[in-house]
Amino acid sequence: MLLAGPVGWLLVAYLGSLAVLFVASLWQLDDFSGEIVRDPGLQNFKELIETPVYRDIVLRTVLIAALVTLTDAILAFPIAFYMAKVASPRMRALLVVAVLMPLWSSYLVKVYSWRIMLQNEGVVNWALDPFGLSGPGFGDVATWLVFSYLWLPFMVLPIYAGLERIPNSMLDASGDLGGRPWMTFRRVVLPLALPAVVAGSIFTFSLTLGDYIAPTLVSSTQFIGNVVYSNVGVANNLPLASAFATVPVAIMIVYLLIARRLGAFESL
Amino acid sequence: MHVSPGTRWFLRIGTAVTLAFIYIPLIVILIYAFNESRSQAWPIDGLTLEWFDRAVNNPGVRDALWTSLKAALGATAIALLLGTLAAMAVSRYRFFGRETISFLIILPIALPGIVTGMALNATFTQVLEIDLSLFTVIVGHATFCIVVVFNNAVARLRRGGTSLEEASMDLGANSWLTFRHVTFPTLRTALVAGALLAFALSLDEIIVTTFTIGQDQTLPIWIFANYARPNQLPIVNVVGVMVILLSIIPVYLANKLSQDPVGAPTGGAPAAAGAAGARG
Repeated sequence: MLLAGPVGWLLVAYLGSLAVLFVASLWQLDDFSGEIVRDPGLQNFKELIETPVYRDIVLRTVLIAALVTLTDAILAFPIAFYMAKVASPRMRALLVVAVLMPLWSSYLVKVYSWRIMLQNEGVVNWALDPFGLSGPGFGDVATWLVFSYLWLPFMVLPIYAGLERIPNSMLDASGDLGGRPWMTFRRVVLPLALPAVVAGSIFTFSLTLGDYIAPTLVSSTQFIGNVVYSNVGVANNLPLASAFATVPVAIMIVYLLIARRLGAFESL
Repeated sequence: MHVSPGTRWFLRIGTAVTLAFIYIPLIVILIYAFNESRSQAWPIDGLTLEWFDRAVNNPGVRDALWTSLKAALGATAIALLLGTLAAMAVSRYRFFGRETISFLIILPIALPGIVTGMALNATFTQVLEIDLSLFTVIVGHATFCIVVVFNNAVARLRRGGTSLEEASMDLGANSWLTFRHVTFPTLRTALVAGALLAFALSLDEIIVTTFTIGQDQTLPIWIFANYARPNQLPIVNVVGVMVILLSIIPVYLANKLSQDPVGAPTGGAPAAAGAAGARG
């Protein structure tokens, strides 16, 4: 009885909606009237695969998602290792909160702040100017930077948890046997922490695939999310938008299957 | 554990760089909110409180703030009720499909927000044929807020064990009395923490909101509609700081209330994912 409420809610509001999404992706738009015709067919997916622009958009999104994941893993490792193995308990608690708080603070405002910083007369150019350099301006580089910024805490926290589970004695043993820090990192830490990195990458990858806010604010190039957004809002082509929204779902299913093989689910 | 001085310094510098990367944009927007000039060039000319005054008296901002608060309160109320019920069922009873329930509850945050938004949009406009409004926003927010309440409540119930409840039942209390006098008091702070997090999540959500809102504007939607208008920028900066405070203060309070850090990695990854779902 207790369950009837929540389960009913989720079934109706969520699973039902997902089902509608898949069904709607098979509908089509009448070219003349602009009305939605509810005849199931695969032409949206055909359009998606055969239109070069759409193919480029999917490729660009996946490529940036992969770059963001790599960048976050590199940035997250030192701080996660410091938190797990070096910092005092007090310092550790402080750092966990320091990483956690921005995770919950407004996502849109963070993107907006990057827009302000990356603009022509912004902080970034001001800081780089004395070195004779200039910032990336708006574009794919800015998008990569902002995504890496936004999802960084999602990578730090699982890696921190994963490193904490590695016994100190193993690292000491590697050192005692003559392993230099780099060797210990490559041969001991990295293999043991890999599932945690993959767990973090689920977030960084999935979040990049679905986002359209960051590209809208700091770039003029299109991502999967932008296509969905503009087809619902401006073009009013709900079937095509639905078809595009199934792309991240499909990519994520493949990604999750690989992640499971790598043992990432135990690290979630 | 032995760490060589060189490695120790490398780690310290790496930590400092990452922390700077995380906090600089937040500090920059905070400074800009006090910017005297309308121009957004850095460095800023001087400091003023004028824009806070203008923002508070701006009718668009006021409406948006009001809409945001109503949506957050509505979604939190639904999430609180359903999340608690589901948490009690999953941790106190064994039944067919118990594992599936946990998975179902986490699903809305595991998929990108645009999928949730798009799916709800298609359902509301095509199947149910109801107009998008504040109500549909509340429904949308509630689907991903449930998980936050659920996680907090489940963690507390698991830690508490069942012996107190069994004792209460053995002494002749019925289910309702046991819930009211034994279960609820132990759950109370966890529920408040969960509710505060749900409130914070709802308040700064934009993607699901975009797909489920009609003519109204929440604060993030207001920012999104105004960020490209140069003469509105000073007010956008102030609203940005408002949104940061409105979401960070509840999270800070929630952290104080719950015994373990909210969204901390051990067993809290789904909570962190809660933030993820609301964002992505």
